[in-house]
Amino acid sequence: MLTRMVNKLSLLFSRQQFNDELNEEMAFHRAEVEKELVGEGMSPEAARYAAKRQFGNETKLREQSREAVGFQIETVMQDVRYGVRQLRKNPGFALTAIVILALGMGVSVAIFGFVDAALLQPLPFAAPNRLVAVDEKSALFDRSNLSRDDYEDWKRLNHSFSSLEVYTGTGFLLRTASYTEPVPGGRVSDGFFRTLGVKPLLGRDFLPGEDRPGQAKIVLLSYSAWANRFGSRKDVIGQTLNLSGEAYTIVGVLPREAAYAPRGSREFWVPLLDKTGCEQRRSCHNLDGIGRLRDGVNMQSALSEMQNIAAQLARQYPGSNQDQGASVMLLSELSVGNVRPILLTLLGGAGLLLLIACVNVASLLLVRSENRRREIAVRGALGATPARLTRQFVTEGLLLAGSGCFAGGLFAMWIITLLKRLIPKDAADSMPFLSKVGANMHTGGFAAAIALLAALLMAATPTLRLSFQQIHVGLSEGGRTSAGRMWRRLGANLVVVELVIAVVLLVGAGLLGKSLYRLLHVETGFDVTHLATVQVMAPDKTYANTEQKVALIREIERRVASLPGVMSVGVTSDLPVQCNCDTDWIRFVGKPFHGEHNEVNERDISSSYLPTLKARLVRGRLMTSDDNASKPQVIVINEALARKYFPGEDPIGKKVGNGALEPKSIREIIGVIADVREGGLDNEIWPAEYQAMLQGPDNNFAVVVRTAQDEKAMLPSLVKTLRQIDGSLGVFGEITMQQQIEDTQAALLHRFSTWIVAGFAAMALVLGVVGLYGVIAYSVSQRTREIGVRMALGAQRGAVYQMVIRQAGRLTAVGIGIGLVCAVGASLLMRSVLFGVAAWDVPTLAAVAVMLGVASLAASFLPARRAASVNPCDALRAE
Amino acid sequence: MAKKPDLLPGTLDMLILKTLTRGALHGYGIALSIKRLSDDVLTVEEGSLYPALQRLLLQNWVRAEWKMTDTNRRARFYTLTAAGRKQLGVELSQFEEMIAAIGRVLSDAREA
Repeated sequence: MLTRMVNKLSLLFSRQQFNDELNEEMAFHRAEVEKELVGEGMSPEAARYAAKRQFGNETKLREQSREAVGFQIETVMQDVRYGVRQLRKNPGFALTAIVILALGMGVSVAIFGFVDAALLQPLPFAAPNRLVAVDEKSALFDRSNLSRDDYEDWKRLNHSFSSLEVYTGTGFLLRTASYTEPVPGGRVSDGFFRTLGVKPLLGRDFLPGEDRPGQAKIVLLSYSAWANRFGSRKDVIGQTLNLSGEAYTIVGVLPREAAYAPRGSREFWVPLLDKTGCEQRRSCHNLDGIGRLRDGVNMQSALSEMQNIAAQLARQYPGSNQDQGASVMLLSELSVGNVRPILLTLLGGAGLLLLIACVNVASLLLVRSENRRREIAVRGALGATPARLTRQFVTEGLLLAGSGCFAGGLFAMWIITLLKRLIPKDAADSMPFLSKVGANMHTGGFAAAIALLAALLMAATPTLRLSFQQIHVGLSEGGRTSAGRMWRRLGANLVVVELVIAVVLLVGAGLLGKSLYRLLHVETGFDVTHLATVQVMAPDKTYANTEQKVALIREIERRVASLPGVMSVGVTSDLPVQCNCDTDWIRFVGKPFHGEHNEVNERDISSSYLPTLKARLVRGRLMTSDDNASKPQVIVINEALARKYFPGEDPIGKKVGNGALEPKSIREIIGVIADVREGGLDNEIWPAEYQAMLQGPDNNFAVVVRTAQDEKAMLPSLVKTLRQIDGSLGVFGEITMQQQIEDTQAALLHRFSTWIVAGFAAMALVLGVVGLYGVIAYSVSQRTREIGVRMALGAQRGAVYQMVIRQAGRLTAVGIGIGLVCAVGASLLMRSVLFGVAAWDVPTLAAVAVMLGVASLAASFLPARRAASVNPCDALRAE
Repeated sequence: MAKKPDLLPGTLDMLILKTLTRGALHGYGIALSIKRLSDDVLTVEEGSLYPALQRLLLQNWVRAEWKMTDTNRRARFYTLTAAGRKQLGVELSQFEEMIAAIGRVLSDAREA
């Protein structure tokens, strides 16, 4: 067996010699036969012919000898050569098919790359399916932060987790050569990285007990901070690092994977240590929990245990914990939960596009095999076996699929790079899985699977077509009718499929576009134009007490207001259109109270902030610069709060306080403004209270500037001015309000999906209409004779037009009809990504139907005109 | 021309190997030899001869080399290898077994 293989292989490489020897051997044989015949008395001429005749078809003989010894590869290569020649002879067809395939494949592989990275690949932690996010649950939030006291109780009481740890984001001011840079950091409990299964690259992890108040200040560097700020030096361990004016000792460097920790790009990680102001209250929630499930504990039992513990704490501390539940979910859900519906929508769209591309190429192949019927018949008549013919078609299909998929792979890589570049950095930071998108095993496997399917389809289509056929039918021209009808029916069905898909994608794009429009034009309650914003972080050491903080805010407002082009300036703790977050629980003096949590957005603002936004005052007054720490506390509320808690009452003059109505928490409502959108574009408006910043200032705030002209041009001088006021201020995140709104996650996701689906839809429209054109044009070319006869018998040109257009119209109508039904179904599936528009939005459906109808009519007009201009004499003579 | 009986399928390889036991022969010589020895009953089609020779070469049952004929023409001569001789033995015994079996069936049929 082995020697046989070796022999075969050596024959393969010395093919030329093999052929020469065989030829010579046969020539010798013929000569001998000839000699023998001459010996028997035949004339030399006759003998030569007789020898030749006896020998038979020499080429065939040679092939048989070769087949006996050779691999199939020779004939395969012959097929390939022939296939390439066929494709080159018909470059239009080959190019169209390859481009269509590459488009469909490239798009779906690229989208799959994102889906895979986000939804399929596990987090790069030890046993990631045992890692869960553990949080509290309140009346308004399915998942809300833990308070430090609650965390400590949860950690002590639970039996579900082998470890339960917390983390929270923080910011540090880092003095660099030119200015003070605010850098994102994280505070974690000591076992946080152990729980994830992340081991430091250098140095050590935090040790148990190192997160307690009063312990030494130590820091772990992230991989990127180590690489970018410390030049990847090994001797950083033990060095001191000045963060926000405090000295921290570097104890270790985290590996690159730690960047996948639930909070994106954090540069420095420190232990929890002392309780912040918020952490001293059980009612203030600022931590996120992660837990590792013990062996044998499932999510459900962990959740029910945590709910029990939460209920126990609620009984124990009704003031802070009433109605506070627990939430346990897989950690991997956390970073992808909100992009999942969008990604699945896009994957669906890409799949449809791939389908339409395949259908299109399949119908192209059908037309082609139809045109090659005579060639096939001739080859069959000359002795090609059906197997051999099939192999030829399979080879051609594989060639097409191969080059199409190769191009598709390159195209996919290009799309991935392009899409990654389009995602703004801030958004990308919250999606750490993005760095895993690219050429890897999964995408490669997916691409290979698509390539295989495409190859199968392309090989099967003409082969199926072939098996219907009998050689003599192919040879005779008259046999056209039955085969033609067969193709017409199949081709027409394929076109209907294409039109249906085009309708689905167009409707999807239309609905997403309408959602995006609605989203960007949602009522914000203020004038978003001509607003420049920037974040400021002041060092706690320099600005320690209220007087110092107030002085800084006053100075900033004064200096910025004097900049040329500035109309007004205000300061707020949180910019609008961000999130329904930083909430407060309030209680109304003089109203019944049973410990319920009246959760409202809480914003600290300077007196000029609301006028700068041009928020509309509905009742009462806004605060003034006189409402400072020496005066009774005052708040402005929004209409949503007034509606919810003071229905039919005048809220002005009413007092609110915290759950216990502590005297220092009591403040008076002095005004009501029309709702300013604090939460995201697609969130509902929550009740909100605006407190006077001068009465309780903080060192983290945003400066908002209304400008006379272009607000974008104001940003650099704004940053420069703030740095001039105090070089130790962290100044960052300068952006115009409009840009910020467009960059919010809701707008981003919508814009992204709108553009991508619109791109899919455009391609689908073109492919569908081209497909329709192909079918109609082919049908006209096949019916030339019939049309000639009709016209010879007196049919008017108008009637011929009508006949062709009616055929196209019927296909289009069926396609659009089925398409609309499917589109409503598909839109219902993607309901969760739509905003302010129903899945059965009639204007969108109507617009798509009209658009596709018009495009289809245009596509059928050309062949109709060709049909109508047929000269009956030519048509009849052509046969 | 009267139709000559076809070779029994599968017997060509055996016939070629047997022919070669008498010494090296070229393709034409093999065909001629089989024809003569069978008194013109068996004709080897060239169409099957050369593929068969390639098959045998591949199995290493025969060896081929280019030599000069008596008439001073270059021709490819085939010789039997040891493995070929063994194969011939196997095929002969199989063939005889089959012939005997056929004979038994036929004689039985005649008696009935």
